[in-house]
Amino acid sequence: MNVLPVGDHALLVEVSSGEEAEAWHAELSRRRAEGTLAAREIVPAARTVLLDGLADPVGLASELTAAQVPPAPPRAGHVVEIPVRYDGPDLADVAAHWGVAAQEAARIHAGTEFRVAFCGFAPGFGYLTGLPARYDVPRRDTPRTAVPAGSVALAGPYTGVYPRSSPGGWQLIGSTDAVLWDHRRAPAALLSPGTRVRFVLRRHQGDV
Amino acid sequence: MTDRALAVVRAGALTTVQDRGRPGHAHLGVPRSGALDAPAAALVNRLVGNPPGAAVLETTLTGCALRPRCAVTVAVGGAPCPVTADGRPVSWGAPVAVPAGALLDIGAADSGVRSYVAVSGGVLVEPVLGSRSTDLLSGLGPPPLADGTVLALGRPGGPYARVDVAPQPAPPAELVLRVRPGPRADWFTPEAVRAFTSQPYRVSSASNRIGLRVDGPALERARPGELPSEGTVLGAVQVPPDGRPVVFLADHPTTGGYPVIGVVRTADLPAAAQAVPGTPVRFPTLHGH
Repeated sequence: MNVLPVGDHALLVEVSSGEEAEAWHAELSRRRAEGTLAAREIVPAARTVLLDGLADPVGLASELTAAQVPPAPPRAGHVVEIPVRYDGPDLADVAAHWGVAAQEAARIHAGTEFRVAFCGFAPGFGYLTGLPARYDVPRRDTPRTAVPAGSVALAGPYTGVYPRSSPGGWQLIGSTDAVLWDHRRAPAALLSPGTRVRFVLRRHQGDV
Repeated sequence: MTDRALAVVRAGALTTVQDRGRPGHAHLGVPRSGALDAPAAALVNRLVGNPPGAAVLETTLTGCALRPRCAVTVAVGGAPCPVTADGRPVSWGAPVAVPAGALLDIGAADSGVRSYVAVSGGVLVEPVLGSRSTDLLSGLGPPPLADGTVLALGRPGGPYARVDVAPQPAPPAELVLRVRPGPRADWFTPEAVRAFTSQPYRVSSASNRIGLRVDGPALERARPGELPSEGTVLGAVQVPPDGRPVVFLADHPTTGGYPVIGVVRTADLPAAAQAVPGTPVRFPTLHGH
């Protein structure tokens, strides 16, 4: 574990696995909630947790370097269910990459419990982990200029759902009507770091 | 007259509503946003008697023209520019009474990039996560102003400041952005780190509210491969594969996968908001705390 200074008000806690990052995110969030850590932002990512808006980053860095952090607590809380039609234009490619039929790829994806490792790219976009490493897929060679809102997509170890139409290079395997981001709703984001997620198979419209 | 509103007659190249932004939501992928030249926005609010968090207008190079539907007090600051009311010159950098129906023209910047227009009562667009700022990266907040846009105004608060002209820093002839190295300076060759902190750069015309782009020596990496995405901060100097540094400004993405060679001091960023393309830039290193 490494604690790297970032400018004058921030620190980057760097670890070697997503699980460790999850444990640090849980611990730092717990400390902020109980009032022993004052940070404006706690931003988990793939192998790091960023702390921003710190009054004394140097003092905190030495404190964190000496800290023992327990493994992330067992996943608790309700599971957000996202209904999905597995009708994406890249489903066949993903299935071929996995060495299974398209229907089986959908079954594998819908049979997995995911967790939001971190958010980024756009408000409400979560990077979901849960698929075993053998199901990692590359990004598309040529990104699409417009991926429709609600697209369910894969890249590397992650699954994501596009909150709104945007350019994107992920492999599109399905689509959902779930609203990932609505600033008039509380909370605005359907998914936040730590949220448990299941994709629930929906048949194509018109199917019997 | 109860119609507290402002009609946009000429939106200019890019005019947005800005306040102090929406920090605290980076973990949801929400950029901080907010006025790029925050001290200028705070000053014009103070000049018209608004609280510091009231929403103002941020123009880009070409100004804008507005027609208030009620009598208002207005102050323009940031990039110096000619200001007229119904064609008559009025003060820049000071509170000005504008009668209902008058045409207030904020002209093109004489120097600098972004002028700030505070109107007594503040601009009252619908807040998103507590902020009225337009975020050009994520699309949160109101869209940039268009000709014909009508903006509601709040009730005027305290008395306006009794000053003739408030002192404001001139836009920079040379931009000095003091940098704290890291967190990923070790991804670059020692020569690249030296070049970054000692060689002259120039502000690129590709700069925007997301980042200040600079032209100059390309920075070579010491290692291949990709950095897993990590959280980013205001002022981070990210270096994409083309080696050209980008200084993250208010609408910067919350996570990034390109290494950050250093972080610019927050106090130096308002000047970056006012540096026109072509302005020389230096990135001297800061050491110690």
